[in-house]
Amino acid sequence: MNLLKIKKSFLIILCLSLFLPTVLCACGKTETGNGTINVGIAQDLEDSLDPHKAVAAGSREVLFNIFEGLLKPDPKGDLIPAVAESYQVSEDGLTYTFKLRKNVRFHNGRIVTAEDVKFSLDKISGKLGDEPMLPVYALMQDVSIADEETVVVTLSEKDVDFPAYLAMVNAAIVPNDNPNMDSDPIGTGPFRFESRSIQDQIVMSRFDEYWGTKAYLSKVVFKIVPEMDTAVMNLRGGSLDMYAHMTTDQISQLSGDFQVLEGTMNLVQALYLNNARKPFDDERVRQALCYAVDRKAVLDLTSEGKGTIIGSSMFPAFSKYYMPELSKYYTQDIEKAKDLLQEAGYPNGFSMSITVPSNYQPHINAAQVLVEQLKDIGVTAKIELVEWNTWLSETYAGRNFESTVIGVDASYLTARALLERFYSKADNNFTNFSDPEYDALYEKVITLTDDEEKTACYKEMETILTEKAANVYIQDMAEFVALRNTFEGYQFYPLYVMDMSKVKPKN
Amino acid sequence: MRYAIRKLVTMILTILMVSLLVFLAFSIIPGDPATQMLGTNATAQKLEALRAQMGLDRPLLIRYLEWVKNFISGDMGISYSYHVPVRQMLYDKLGIMLTLTGLSFLLIVLLSIPLGILTAKYYDRYFAKAFDVLNQLFMAIPPFFIGILITYLFGLLMHLFTPGGFVSYKSDPWGYFLYMLTASFSIALPKAAMSMRLLKNSVLSEAKLDYVRTAYSRGNRTNQVLYRHVLRNALIPVVTFLGMTLADIVAGSIVIEQVFSIPGFGRLLITSISNRDYPVAQAIIVIIAFLVVVINFIVDSLYPLIDPRVKKDEQ
Repeated sequence: MNLLKIKKSFLIILCLSLFLPTVLCACGKTETGNGTINVGIAQDLEDSLDPHKAVAAGSREVLFNIFEGLLKPDPKGDLIPAVAESYQVSEDGLTYTFKLRKNVRFHNGRIVTAEDVKFSLDKISGKLGDEPMLPVYALMQDVSIADEETVVVTLSEKDVDFPAYLAMVNAAIVPNDNPNMDSDPIGTGPFRFESRSIQDQIVMSRFDEYWGTKAYLSKVVFKIVPEMDTAVMNLRGGSLDMYAHMTTDQISQLSGDFQVLEGTMNLVQALYLNNARKPFDDERVRQALCYAVDRKAVLDLTSEGKGTIIGSSMFPAFSKYYMPELSKYYTQDIEKAKDLLQEAGYPNGFSMSITVPSNYQPHINAAQVLVEQLKDIGVTAKIELVEWNTWLSETYAGRNFESTVIGVDASYLTARALLERFYSKADNNFTNFSDPEYDALYEKVITLTDDEEKTACYKEMETILTEKAANVYIQDMAEFVALRNTFEGYQFYPLYVMDMSKVKPKN
Repeated sequence: MRYAIRKLVTMILTILMVSLLVFLAFSIIPGDPATQMLGTNATAQKLEALRAQMGLDRPLLIRYLEWVKNFISGDMGISYSYHVPVRQMLYDKLGIMLTLTGLSFLLIVLLSIPLGILTAKYYDRYFAKAFDVLNQLFMAIPPFFIGILITYLFGLLMHLFTPGGFVSYKSDPWGYFLYMLTASFSIALPKAAMSMRLLKNSVLSEAKLDYVRTAYSRGNRTNQVLYRHVLRNALIPVVTFLGMTLADIVAGSIVIEQVFSIPGFGRLLITSISNRDYPVAQAIIVIIAFLVVVINFIVDSLYPLIDPRVKKDEQ
């Protein structure tokens, strides 16, 4: 456990208990938002303000307010038309015809034209010289303008999940005549970019010519507060009105000035195992680890029992694909785990390392509980904390690790976002999972058009991940959003976005 | 003159060494701007393409020399994270750091010197003894905790300022000054306590020396002896200490910036290191190194003013 962290929170508790009586008296004195909200975010948009370059989840969730694609997700997780009014798919599933919405305006006042749409799609698919933004966008073989209000996209191969990719912030429609996307992002979303001060704040204001339901707040200030304890202090002090992705610890320090909304992180938190490394190349060893772990205890010890236990690479928000029964597939059974290890040739257990990025406290906490639980079957695990960039380059891209605790998110709205990475040939298969049956299912599912068939196929894939114990799946973590009582209307999405357009001041 | 040239050469060498070390450090730690920019979208091909595009595939020494060349001509490069010239980015932040450092230093001097003299002069009075206890206390508490205390006391309880309510000097100069002053206090208090104690002890030990008796015997009054003779000698160790403190404040401000959510050099430095935003991190470290070297230079040249004997030894 991070010593400094303990010390600090201890001191804060000390201060709190010293000053509690006076704090209580000081309650109730809050400034009204006056249509402006100050939202704390943990990191600046360090990759880019350009939606076609932003890769961090933290950046995309902010840019979601400025940009829209042809389609966009709604809070239920369905796709709704945005810049496009409607679309049609040809029978072979290769041609998508988008009818553009009339009079959608960019933040600079210009009306969106078919040329802008073509430019944006060409850019993300790598036709303008760059690498494709995401491999899936390279599917777009041709984008052509049929008339002023119609754009036709031809795919090189069939992919029914294509509309879901277009709903991502990364597929935003941007003007074809803005050379300064990095510093002056112009989109079609409910908020327009106002200004930024590096490592300080990003200011957005309501876009009054927005085509859809206009935002309620006139101004949103995203303030960068990387330190969680500082964020709690700033919420209490009044300089912040909202903070998302909080944990139970931090929530408990807030006063009655705040409403606490509970949602889920929509992440698959797991002890990811490098399936190519000994001893994890043996299915029995992986299963033994699954039997050794008491997921309920992990939740109890790290988040007061909040969170949803999962058993495969899928979280409950994807209700269509989620299989609750898989979360009960492995229940803690030390004897069975020991037998499996014996069978696999490790009667005395083994030692392993768990790599955890040091900036994600929830994952560190979970890893600490796992270390204790694995001791019971004779497995000595050691936590290795690494810096985030080291994790990205060594563990994720380099696949040079034994095991790691991390949360994997879905960047678009289909099961594929979470299941694709276990296809043995996938670029992002960092756990090196390899199973011929799984591969065959994956190759099949991407060509299916019937939704029911597809869902069934995805469910089969999830089941394989559980049965073959690809990884030790733990939970979809609970997350809390603190919102000052003078505001209301915040809505969670099954994706990692922070939609400020639905928040309104309370009268 | 020769002294000045020698100092200047040492300064340049120090800064070159620091920048080279930073370059080397970045080549040793894993990860680079390309892995950061691509995040979990990274593939081997994409990484290679991006590295080539950013010129990261060239040898270290060539990149270093090119950086030095550009830096000398005033071009600090373009941030990998923010895609704006580093110079422009650091312009605002430098102001914040200088304000924080300057205010803290001013507070240390304003608090410690009068109080040091006062407690030395009346060392056997009760209030001086009370100050001794307070001194011990403030020396023992680290600045970040004083920061937290100040935030709770003055921010959350007395509502004298809004925690996290940093405003830019462009939009509200007075609010900016007040906010920075609060933060400066938490940096200044422990240092002021140390410097006050140092001055007091220094005055007291000087007061025992022979020249003080001589001065009294020539008919000087206490104040004359104290301010004209004792203080001049007693200040020498304090000035040395303050010089070192100034360099310390620069480092300390990085922590305090976090506690008070001040978007200054510190936060930018930390994030630019973890993002492998080389141009930004390098520029910040070199600027800090430069400031420290310059401060030392100034302190060195202050000695002759206080104590003419130093000058004689030098020549």
